Amino acid sequence: MIRAVIVMSTEGKSRLARFYDYQPPEKQQELIRRLYGVLSSRPEGVSNFAQVEAIFGPDTRMVYKHYATLYFVFVFDSSENELAMLDLIQVFVETLDKCFKNVCELDIVFNFNKMHSILDEIVFGGQVLETSSDEVLKAVEEITRLEKSASSGGPLPKSVVGRLSR
Amino acid sequence: MAGSSSGPSLMDSLFQRTLDDLIKSLRSATAISGADSPSLVLSRAVDDIRREIRASDQTTKAIALQKLTYICALHGVDISWAAFHPLELLPSPIFLHKKLGYLAASLSFSPSTSVLPLATHQLRKDLSSPCDPAAALALEFLSSPAASADLARDLCVELSSLLSSTRPRIRVKSTAASLRFFTLYPDSVRVAFKRLVENLECADQRVVSAAVGVFCELSAVDPKSYLPLAPEFYRILVDCRNNWILIKVLKIFSRLAPLEPRLAKRIVDPVCDHLRQSSAKSLVFECIRTVFTSLDGFDDAVKLGVEKLGEFLASEDDPNLRYLGLKGLSMLQPIHLWAVEESREIVVKSLGDPDSNIQREALHLIVRMVSDANLIEISTILLNYALKSDPEFANEILGEILSACCRNFYELVVDFDWYVSLLGDMSRHPHCTKGEDIEHHLVDIGLRVKDARPELVRVARDLLIDPALLGNPFICRILSAAAWVSGEYVELSRNPVELVEALLQPRVSLLPVSARAVYIQSVFKVLIFCLHSYLEQDGAGPLVTRDPVGGSQMSESSDAVMFEISSNCSFDSRIGLEGKDNASNVQRAHTSNDSAETKGFLTYDSLKHILDLIEMSLNPLVECSEVELQERARNILGFISALQKVQGSDFDEEGFRRDPRNCKLITVMADAFLEDLGPVSANAQGRVLVPDGVSLRDDLSDLDGILEGERLEEPSSAPVFFKRSDQLSEAQEEDLPSLTESKSLLAEHRRQHEVYYLPKESSEAEKEGYPRANEAPSSVGHGHIAEGSIQDLIKLTKESLGPRRTKPRPVVVKLDEGESVPTASSLKSVEPRDDPLSGVVREVLLQDGDEPTTSRRISSGNPSRRRSKGTMIPRSTGESAPHSDENLGDLQKGGRHHRSHSHRRQGRDGAQSRPETEDRGEEGKVSHKGSHRSNHPRRHRRKEEAEGPLNVIQQAPPGQDLLL
Repeated sequence: MIRAVIVMSTEGKSRLARFYDYQPPEKQQELIRRLYGVLSSRPEGVSNFAQVEAIFGPDTRMVYKHYATLYFVFVFDSSENELAMLDLIQVFVETLDKCFKNVCELDIVFNFNKMHSILDEIVFGGQVLETSSDEVLKAVEEITRLEKSASSGGPLPKSVVGRLSR
Repeated sequence: MAGSSSGPSLMDSLFQRTLDDLIKSLRSATAISGADSPSLVLSRAVDDIRREIRASDQTTKAIALQKLTYICALHGVDISWAAFHPLELLPSPIFLHKKLGYLAASLSFSPSTSVLPLATHQLRKDLSSPCDPAAALALEFLSSPAASADLARDLCVELSSLLSSTRPRIRVKSTAASLRFFTLYPDSVRVAFKRLVENLECADQRVVSAAVGVFCELSAVDPKSYLPLAPEFYRILVDCRNNWILIKVLKIFSRLAPLEPRLAKRIVDPVCDHLRQSSAKSLVFECIRTVFTSLDGFDDAVKLGVEKLGEFLASEDDPNLRYLGLKGLSMLQPIHLWAVEESREIVVKSLGDPDSNIQREALHLIVRMVSDANLIEISTILLNYALKSDPEFANEILGEILSACCRNFYELVVDFDWYVSLLGDMSRHPHCTKGEDIEHHLVDIGLRVKDARPELVRVARDLLIDPALLGNPFICRILSAAAWVSGEYVELSRNPVELVEALLQPRVSLLPVSARAVYIQSVFKVLIFCLHSYLEQDGAGPLVTRDPVGGSQMSESSDAVMFEISSNCSFDSRIGLEGKDNASNVQRAHTSNDSAETKGFLTYDSLKHILDLIEMSLNPLVECSEVELQERARNILGFISALQKVQGSDFDEEGFRRDPRNCKLITVMADAFLEDLGPVSANAQGRVLVPDGVSLRDDLSDLDGILEGERLEEPSSAPVFFKRSDQLSEAQEEDLPSLTESKSLLAEHRRQHEVYYLPKESSEAEKEGYPRANEAPSSVGHGHIAEGSIQDLIKLTKESLGPRRTKPRPVVVKLDEGESVPTASSLKSVEPRDDPLSGVVREVLLQDGDEPTTSRRISSGNPSRRRSKGTMIPRSTGESAPHSDENLGDLQKGGRHHRSHSHRRQGRDGAQSRPETEDRGEEGKVSHKGSHRSNHPRRHRRKEEAEGPLNVIQQAPPGQDLLL
């Protein structure tokens, strides 16, 4: 399963942090700090894997990708395939790119809520759920539409929405 | 707290800062301290939020909560105080508010959050909401780390119904969520498991993917329970074309296959097909992993895997593939080490890769290639490599060398002289942090390998004498081991005086107390040795023959006043050892000269010098606050002053030598240090027989009752401490008789408890047959760099599979099998097997008369039980028959496996469409018909169920063992 998904800037500021095991907030910050220590010591042009067992415990692996000013990091265990996780980062970034039209760090900084919506469609409780960025986009658009509409609880919209989604 | 004093006002709502405002102010807060520092901005924001979040206006509250969630998730601020507020937003009719509530809850709650049970009702409502995103929010929350076992218990029925929902997105998400339900609340398996199994056959690939993912996670914990589902997974493996699903199924099979050899046989072909045909590297790698870890009995498959892995290793431009290629090689079982050999060139080259991961994997692989024939060469080159690497990797290299050498009691080490000097070289590595390991090896070899002791003493002496090493905190433990070795085996030392000087050099004060204590004790031993050999130099009276190496042969004469130390013997054996390698030849020659001079250098003056030096260096420690140092210093000084007392204040040469009291004193001390220390079995204690009548398992608590009345009279059991007398010399003298006895006591003890002692013979055998050292471990360049050594390594590792050189090897003292450290496999087998989840899963899968859900064992008419039977049974009743030829016929009819499967599914669907009561009756009838021995329908059914699926995938005779 995927243990954590973290997006952080190359300066070490976290932009998105989702842990699928319970970690208290201070511990999360510490993990991110130590992760940054690993990432910042990796030279350019080397593999996208790094050892993180010292940080996240036994049977954990990590794969990351470096885009412009951001690191995208997936931490996972032996139930996931390393290359598949690398692909998943690609899916995630692609989706962000489609969603924000040429995504940049600022989009990620100012769209906390939407970032989580997107991630939740791809990774659900540590399980990979959707690997097609178009499908993710569809689901996220529906959520965004709902968020913009005034209500979701009234009898009419509910049934409409229910029918729509069927 | 600002919030507690003033309630939220309209102004707060009107001028509330949004999350974007907060982020902007945080981004502009760049000052390190002061009013503009990020921490102050944060705390001000939290104060605002505390006020706003209590607003009655939902929008204000929602925005406040959103800000709070942001602060918690990205700045690590604890917001547990606000736990109630997300709950307030969950029932909101406005979707955005609901979503913010759920997001806050899933990011900040933990299973122990006290308000969590209050969410149960709303979660139930949302789970049954017709609005997909709302139900999805609830499912997401329930599979977040915040979900608790209570929630899983209360909501598993709702989850179960969603598992067969017609809304695809909800079905996918509930399938994925079932994992968390099962792990939190194992009994939910009874309600939801069979629907999860059904989802493996769903037409929607995403549902299958989620279900397979769940089983992949479950099988990681307890694969055995999921063996009965092998046919389902097999079908997916053969039919599915989705790489994500295939990867997960392969992972499941790599866990199941080792449990059932017939299964391995069955899957090897499809796995190889994928391996050959797939263009997706991820799938190919997963196939390779499956083959290497679980199908390693199939040579063709392994060969194919190795061939494909070669493509990974050869991809120059993709470090990821090279890294995984090396990882793949390291998954190979030892019997397939040939594959590593084949790729050795790439492996060794990777040692110089700029990527530290690749370096590390390469290092591990190289160390795996080590054999006793190439150990010396590979270690030497790796050590040189370590000198050029960064400190961290250098230490990893050192660690790998150490663990390769000490594996299974130094199995690979033939030449211990070489190994001991390698340890010495390692200690001098500028970045060495492996002090603890090296310390252990030095002492351990001293104890276990008698023949290595002369070289050990030489290496220890070189380390001790170097004042530069004393300042390095990582080496102090090595130095302490060196000091111990020098003291314990001082009779092998070339120059004891030099040793005392080294042990008492001023910079020793830089060492930690523990090491200094060892130093002082070693000084004591060396001193005794010097005095002893001085006395016997004149052959003042031969009494006790002492074997300086073994030390275990001694005469029993307790009155031994004088003795002869067989220094000749010890130095003779040294001469015999001499000339092993060029490097130490010169030194050795020097040594042999020394042996002639031994008598010469231990003059009265040098003795006096030693005594003076000891007194001068240790006197300050008498007042030391560290008891370990103080005590040992006092011991030595006490002994010296005891000598002086005998002698009178004037220490004159003749008198010293003649005085029998001196001789007695020294002999007694020498005897005390005489007995060899040996390794102690880790479970020696366990072998002590419990005497009759002593019950160790009885609870002692009733002792209180017995002693109740006597408590007052009970004598204090606390140890009594007496003030230590300053008159140590007197104490020493008084102790002399008891010391004399020590030797005989030891011998007596040994006679009585022979079992716990090492056999004498083992440590003495092969004393003479000590092998010649190898040629000097090549002068492979400290000068030349990677290229050269890599070439060497490539060449060397080639030899590792060659015929092993047979060479006499010194005896390594081993204790019984109990000493061996627990191996990974033995640890693995200890893994808890009574995991509640697997118990329930097995129960549900085997239909062992279970009752569903929490209401165990009420009535057999419970609908969900019948339901679960309904789907599980037709599969077996439909096609399994007691005769295997019928099975075969069925297979032939089905032709391909998925055909036979669809047949099965029809049967299942049919069963489902029938009313449940009928279904049960039908099932009973069928099993009656199919069985000749229908007396035990249930047992039979259970058997069939396990057999049925197996028969489908493999025509092997059905095996009951699958059930176990």
